Amino acid sequence: MSVMERRLIRDNSFDITSKLFRISWLYVLLLSALAGVGYVALYSAAGGAPEPYAARHIFRFAVGLVLMLSIAMIDIRFIQKMSWLAWLGGVVLLVLVLKMGNVGKGAQRWIELGGMQWQPSELMKLCLVLGLASWFHRASWEKMGNPLFLIPPLIAVAIPVGLILKQPNLGTAVITAVVGGTVFLGAGLRWWKVVLAVGGVVAAAPIAYSHLRDYQRARIDTFLNPESDPLGAGYNIIQSKIALGSGGIWGKGYLQGTQGHLNFLPEKQTDFIFTMLAEEFGLVGSLAVLGLLACIILGGMLIALRCRHQYGRLVALGISMNFFMYVFVNIAMVMGAIPVGGVPLPLVSHGGSAMIMVMIGMGVLMSVHVHRDVEFDERQRDL
Amino acid sequence: MKREAQRSGVFTRRALIIAGAQVAAIGGLAARLYQVQVEEGARYTTMAESNRISARLIAPPRGRLLDRGGAILAGNRLNWRALLVAEQTGDVAATLENFGRIVPLSETERARIERELRRHRRFVPIMVREFLTWEDMARIEVNAPELPGILVDVGTTREYPHGPAMAHVIGYVAPPAEADVAEDPLLSLPGIRVGRAGMERVHDTVLRGRAGAVQLEVNAVGRVIRELDRREGTQGQDVNLTIDLDLQKSVLERLGDESASAVVMDARNGEVLAMATNPSFDPSLFNSGVSQAQWVAWTSNRRAPLINKAVAGLYAPGSTFKMIVALAGFEARVITVGETVYCPGYLDFGDRRFHCWRKYGHGSVDMRAAIKVSCDCYFYEVAKRVGIDRIAAMSHRFGLGTKLDIELPGARAGHVPTRAWRIGQGKAWNIGDTIVHGIGQGFFQLTPLSLATMTARLATGRQVEPHLTRAIGGTMQRGFRPEDWPALGVAERGLQVMRDAMWAVVNEQGGTALIARLPAAPGSTAPPAQMAGKTGSVQVRNVTREQRERGFKSENLPWEYRPHALFVGYAPHDAPRYALAVVVEHGNAGSEAAAPMARDIMAATMARDPVIRSERPRVAEGGPPR
Repeated sequence: MSVMERRLIRDNSFDITSKLFRISWLYVLLLSALAGVGYVALYSAAGGAPEPYAARHIFRFAVGLVLMLSIAMIDIRFIQKMSWLAWLGGVVLLVLVLKMGNVGKGAQRWIELGGMQWQPSELMKLCLVLGLASWFHRASWEKMGNPLFLIPPLIAVAIPVGLILKQPNLGTAVITAVVGGTVFLGAGLRWWKVVLAVGGVVAAAPIAYSHLRDYQRARIDTFLNPESDPLGAGYNIIQSKIALGSGGIWGKGYLQGTQGHLNFLPEKQTDFIFTMLAEEFGLVGSLAVLGLLACIILGGMLIALRCRHQYGRLVALGISMNFFMYVFVNIAMVMGAIPVGGVPLPLVSHGGSAMIMVMIGMGVLMSVHVHRDVEFDERQRDL
Repeated sequence: MKREAQRSGVFTRRALIIAGAQVAAIGGLAARLYQVQVEEGARYTTMAESNRISARLIAPPRGRLLDRGGAILAGNRLNWRALLVAEQTGDVAATLENFGRIVPLSETERARIERELRRHRRFVPIMVREFLTWEDMARIEVNAPELPGILVDVGTTREYPHGPAMAHVIGYVAPPAEADVAEDPLLSLPGIRVGRAGMERVHDTVLRGRAGAVQLEVNAVGRVIRELDRREGTQGQDVNLTIDLDLQKSVLERLGDESASAVVMDARNGEVLAMATNPSFDPSLFNSGVSQAQWVAWTSNRRAPLINKAVAGLYAPGSTFKMIVALAGFEARVITVGETVYCPGYLDFGDRRFHCWRKYGHGSVDMRAAIKVSCDCYFYEVAKRVGIDRIAAMSHRFGLGTKLDIELPGARAGHVPTRAWRIGQGKAWNIGDTIVHGIGQGFFQLTPLSLATMTARLATGRQVEPHLTRAIGGTMQRGFRPEDWPALGVAERGLQVMRDAMWAVVNEQGGTALIARLPAAPGSTAPPAQMAGKTGSVQVRNVTREQRERGFKSENLPWEYRPHALFVGYAPHDAPRYALAVVVEHGNAGSEAAAPMARDIMAATMARDPVIRSERPRVAEGGPPR
């Protein structure tokens, strides 16, 4: 493989131009395409108008794109040095949101900043990936077999997950744990430990259920039997499935979706945006969007595979996994395959802070790609 | 570097496994999408359609009932209603409380509103109060802020411009029962009415029409976005009755205060021109609900205002039956037209003596004279010879004691006794019974309508059936042409004798109803048309020998024991056109109470004759309100 044969870049001073040259513009194009899908969908969600969703969406994406490309210029080795600081910052924000955050839908999740509502838990996922990748950066296969070595990163996962659960936000906590676990796996966690952890979670689920808030339990109950209360908690799922199913193969036509435009579909500009697309463009349209999302996820995985240092690999893996979890949970949710969880479809759903968070993550991912061949400081010994 | 290579190798394997898992998961989503959008697509499409489309019924205006000339007998009038939409009001109880302060609501109204609120979905308008006055509406509009969810709309309600005059024929409408609603969804609309009696009931489906429907696109909260489709319903059709309103009114007026009924028919085709029953009631009271007190007043009145005596009142025919007995005897050849019977004032049979109404008898009478002077002895003799069963058979041919084709619900067939019927009751039939029935007394139960029918058949020799429907939606119904009716099949010779005798009753010296002779039409020099007819009076209680010897006078009896007075007749005698029957309950003698009434009614009919004959517009101008 020619990639592996390429000479490592030891020089810290490779310039902006060559960095821009190393950006995967194809990947940027894929992201822009997805944001374009978002524009089309939000235009329809507003009843065929750019306001109030679609125009802002594309503006935010432009801002996000600049942010992403800027971050992509930052040396990955600098990011690595800042990793634990980032983790600490994330945890501090989570504590802050518990102390003084805004209560929305019975949970403390939001911080008001710059006219937008920020969910620190979204930032935390990225910071956790950075922190864990930094910890496992130099870890050898043998080191990964040492349980004592695994305790600090486990704590690094447990603290934010615990804080997010306390908000409470079960969906994000689960996603955070899964993303963290994926980094462990990429770093070389033994399979039997993986099996043990998954088994433990499954065994603990009934106990966890008894500690859930009522609305969380209602979601799970509704998921198990949505028709039990068609006008109550199950309404969203049923209407979403009706919208999906009535789209058929070719869809009802752009701006012709009855479920969406007659407001049977709840929160169609945010959580249920995919349903709206599927209703108007049918199976063909929904599979096309799904394909685009798969390309972005696998593109991230490809960046991880092409990276020549462990830190970049693990960061790219974690970010891709995070993106995948967004996509999977959102689409499975609108199809009634998993409990409804308030997870948006990245770059498509309306929402400024989520878009910025995703683009920051994509910036770090792109930084990994730009700096895929750099050599880390030799003074850092392999562990 | 070796460690880096090992790390890289482990990572690559793991990353590929993870990527594979991701692809599998996305593939799972794609498969599920295929399942939902393609395999179950049809089902969800239906659900989406039923989500978005809400069908609502539109009530067509109820057809009107018109008289033969197009005068409105039952029409529609605008009805302002207050409706309540539960989902648009925060607190239903408070809103109703506020409403009650503006327009007082009774306990029963409140109970009905509560019941309807429970029965219907929250966005279905519930009728709170109908027949609002202008003041009520103004007050509701002024207080609109305190009455969220209350809206005023306009519907139509049934109006009976001639009230009691037409009540028994027209009947009335009332709110539908729950069982009716299951039959026709149209009836679930607020304020709808169904025919409950009379012609309103007979032609209910024709008058009601068929509900139209609009398909509306609604959004998730039920708000109407746009109209997708509209199917106009079939409007209820107007029905022309055979009744002549002016004649009906003058007939009813002539009945005065008596508990009486009169039927005027077109003798040629059976069209009922007037069917009056006294006393009557106001049918519009049923529209809004009849009070308990009113109901008790109606049902406890011994003159029975709710009963249409013309078709449901049952009487013995008395002497008006004598033509049937004579025809039965003539057809059975037990007596000829010229054969005379001697009347000494009584007929002895066995140990019983049957009295003629004229104490000292009529002497020798033939058939014509017997009818003219209404000699009882003659008919005792004929009845004795011919027997009850042949009398009953002949009466059936004349529409007596058989079911007539009249449309009215509650019309009675009546009854003419036969030997088999009496034996079926476990009693014997004696010749003495036959003799009594020969003068129309006894077990008869006949309606005024059937007596009018008998008279029409006598006059025309056709088997006309009485009917009330002339045209539906402007289309003439079968039976308005005389040729529609078959010949009766009774020997013309016998009928001619009867007609001649009945003419003599009214127009020849010595007849029993000279008082019924028609006067000259006012302002006309032409000789007046002449009526042929027959009187009758029916004892409702036996007169004992002792009473008879003491010089019994029936007018001295209490009202309910006095005899009924009857008269049947037709005119003009030489070209029969109109037949009538008048029954005055407890009116004493037919010649005294019924005959003058019949004279005036027939005179009024003849005065209307040019109008009745003329071809006039059959439908009133202007459609019903939409």
